Amino acid sequence: MNAHLQPTGSAYFIAKETEKAENHTLSVLVDNEPGVLARVIGLFSGRGYNIESLTVSETEHQSHLSRITIVTRGTPHVLEQIKAQLERIVPVHRVVDLTVRAAELGHDRPIEREVALVKVSGEGETRAETLRLADAFHAKVIDATLEHFILEITGKSSKIDQFVAILKPLGVLEVCRTGIAAMNRGPQGM
Amino acid sequence: MSGTDNQTEANQMTGAEIVLQALRDNGVEHIFGYPGGAVLPIYDEIFQQEDIQHILVRHEQGAGHMAEGYARSTGKVGVMLVTSGPGATNAVTPLQDALMDSIPLVCLTGQVPTSLIGSDAFQECDTVGITRPCTKHNWLVKDVNELASIIHEAFRIAQSGRPGPVVVDIPKDVQFATGTYTPPSASKVQKSYQPKLQGDMRQIEQAIELMKGARRPVIYSGGGVINSGPEASKLLRELVELTNFPITSTLMGLGAYPASGKNWLGMLGMHGTYEANMAMHDCDVMVCIGARFDDRITGRLNAFSPNSKKIHIDIDPSSINKTVRVDVPIIGDIGNVLEDMVRVWRASAKDADKARMAEWWEGIVHWRGRNSLAYKMNDDVIMPQYAIQRLYELTKHRDTYITTEVGQHQMWAAQFYGFEQPNRWMTSGGLGTMGYGFPAAIGVQVAHPDALVIDIAGDASIQMCIQEMSCAVQHNLPVKIFILNNQYMGMVRQWQQLLHGNRLSNSYTEAMPDFVKLAEAYGGVGIRCDKPADLDAAIQRMIDSPAPVIFDCRVANLANCFPMIPSGKAHNEMLLPDEATDEAVATAIDAKGRALV
Repeated sequence: MNAHLQPTGSAYFIAKETEKAENHTLSVLVDNEPGVLARVIGLFSGRGYNIESLTVSETEHQSHLSRITIVTRGTPHVLEQIKAQLERIVPVHRVVDLTVRAAELGHDRPIEREVALVKVSGEGETRAETLRLADAFHAKVIDATLEHFILEITGKSSKIDQFVAILKPLGVLEVCRTGIAAMNRGPQGM
Repeated sequence: MSGTDNQTEANQMTGAEIVLQALRDNGVEHIFGYPGGAVLPIYDEIFQQEDIQHILVRHEQGAGHMAEGYARSTGKVGVMLVTSGPGATNAVTPLQDALMDSIPLVCLTGQVPTSLIGSDAFQECDTVGITRPCTKHNWLVKDVNELASIIHEAFRIAQSGRPGPVVVDIPKDVQFATGTYTPPSASKVQKSYQPKLQGDMRQIEQAIELMKGARRPVIYSGGGVINSGPEASKLLRELVELTNFPITSTLMGLGAYPASGKNWLGMLGMHGTYEANMAMHDCDVMVCIGARFDDRITGRLNAFSPNSKKIHIDIDPSSINKTVRVDVPIIGDIGNVLEDMVRVWRASAKDADKARMAEWWEGIVHWRGRNSLAYKMNDDVIMPQYAIQRLYELTKHRDTYITTEVGQHQMWAAQFYGFEQPNRWMTSGGLGTMGYGFPAAIGVQVAHPDALVIDIAGDASIQMCIQEMSCAVQHNLPVKIFILNNQYMGMVRQWQQLLHGNRLSNSYTEAMPDFVKLAEAYGGVGIRCDKPADLDAAIQRMIDSPAPVIFDCRVANLANCFPMIPSGKAHNEMLLPDEATDEAVATAIDAKGRALV
């Protein structure tokens, strides 16, 4: 979002960052207690880090643990700082850089999926076209009237981007996306 | 009635009683605070007991800095108690100050009753929201049965790992409600917070290997050594003795190694000595112990110690590689790591060739000869440096603690007052809070009633928390305020001279109060001195006075604080006092440097 705003850390950072910015996906395991999300988000805004996507939900009800998945952008040096700063937050149990972990496991990248709901208006001829496209993208119709469809699609962010772009001329009224859920391949846990 | 029933009944208390019991169980003897509507139940409990002494302040900021001074001079946790709304917002400055300087602080705040939270009630503010970024952790207590556990956990988190401030926000209805008291032993612990205290042995061995071969080594130590406890300072001295490495320190680390020690280079950084900064720039192995490569220390980052291998010991993993890339990171408590380092050095490096550093030490002697702290004495006007030197000479054999405000006087105090022991020097390093020193001194005096506690102040800084004179007088705390009065915000004026064509915008302190009369108005003692010849006798009078003293030391108005690394420059581009002509000063900082702080 604020890719042009490189976190400086110091007024003395005159030297240009020579490292290139990369997108990384972080998994953050936290105690599900009031304010924990504010702590994480506050860290990102306060230190000038980027959030490209963020999802959060309780994943282990018994132990009151939530998993936050954050896609962030920064140079390797900044990404290392983000991880260390997150680990400093008291209710944070673990931070795993899934992108780094995927590379260690010999994979291209972690598995990343998003769900989107797309409301498309339309009557007559365009309705058939909308349904054909939904079928091609394995999207499901979950609500419809004679004037609209709501389509549910799951996939990589790039697939959803493409789907929404193609539907646009057919009359997209609303788009709602969940942000990325991610984990690594293989039998190992986080 | 059976014993168990008795037990159960004894554990039933009101929230306010739980607060007092939890403080007692955590070894608290003093708290600094200010009452108000949302903490009245707790104040009522304070009134009915004698174990814990409450020091009434005159402004919540004062309470925070007092707790900081108390903590830093004792190694214990400082405790403050304030009301909701403005009480809490006034505490924000000391909280951030404690966060940046890693001071263990527990701040208890009152809150409006839970039923009113979110309704914009009288004296309501989102205390946990406001203090989230300026604390290590904070809590809003919604259930009286959790109150004791949360307070115990607050103390654990404040003082373990990298110490810092925490806030416990307690709504008024929770203070009135009755619940079960949980003793510290049975308290619930947040499992996610387990700081790593022991350094990795392989990393430590690698560090010793580097140090053993170093021809131009330097130790750069910081406040982390002080925070780790007196044992860490002892071990640091032992390591210096064993290795014969030269040692410099940050502002926060002064006293860990004695200023009279033969390996001492003086403080480093923006106003550090020539020898310290040159050694940092030219070294081949740097051992950073409990410091964090702050921008006041490094100068221009891409010119910072370009040819050295860097070893960094810190308890906080996020300090590693934050601004400066290091070669050997060691994460752990300084005391533990130093203990391992001393042991490994004794076992494997005691035969290290001492001659390898001969040339390096020759160079250091040469740099020392540059006499970078020199200033021109004057018979008619007191030079500020001279004032500090005399203060040091007249107080060094006593049980003395020094605090400072922020500005030129702070740097002169750091340069000219020799610290021999840890925990004797209280100053606001990271946040640079004007108004810190006087309340901090009061906190120190509370902890050490028989010691001589002096706040070295500036005429501008002291006015930021001057109201605490009333607190000092009320509690018979004979703190001494030694004002280097140059009628300017000296550091601001110096920067305006360096950066802004000497246009002294709003840095002249007009309508200065008469500090002697001010002291007397509060019931203290006022002393003024403006002649070098009278200085010793006046300082002696201050020391001998049993009351709080404001000492108005009139010093040269336009003295600058040198040496100085101008903004955006490297360690080897220092501005030295004898080279600092008006022209050199006016052109010292280029356009790029001007944008920096």
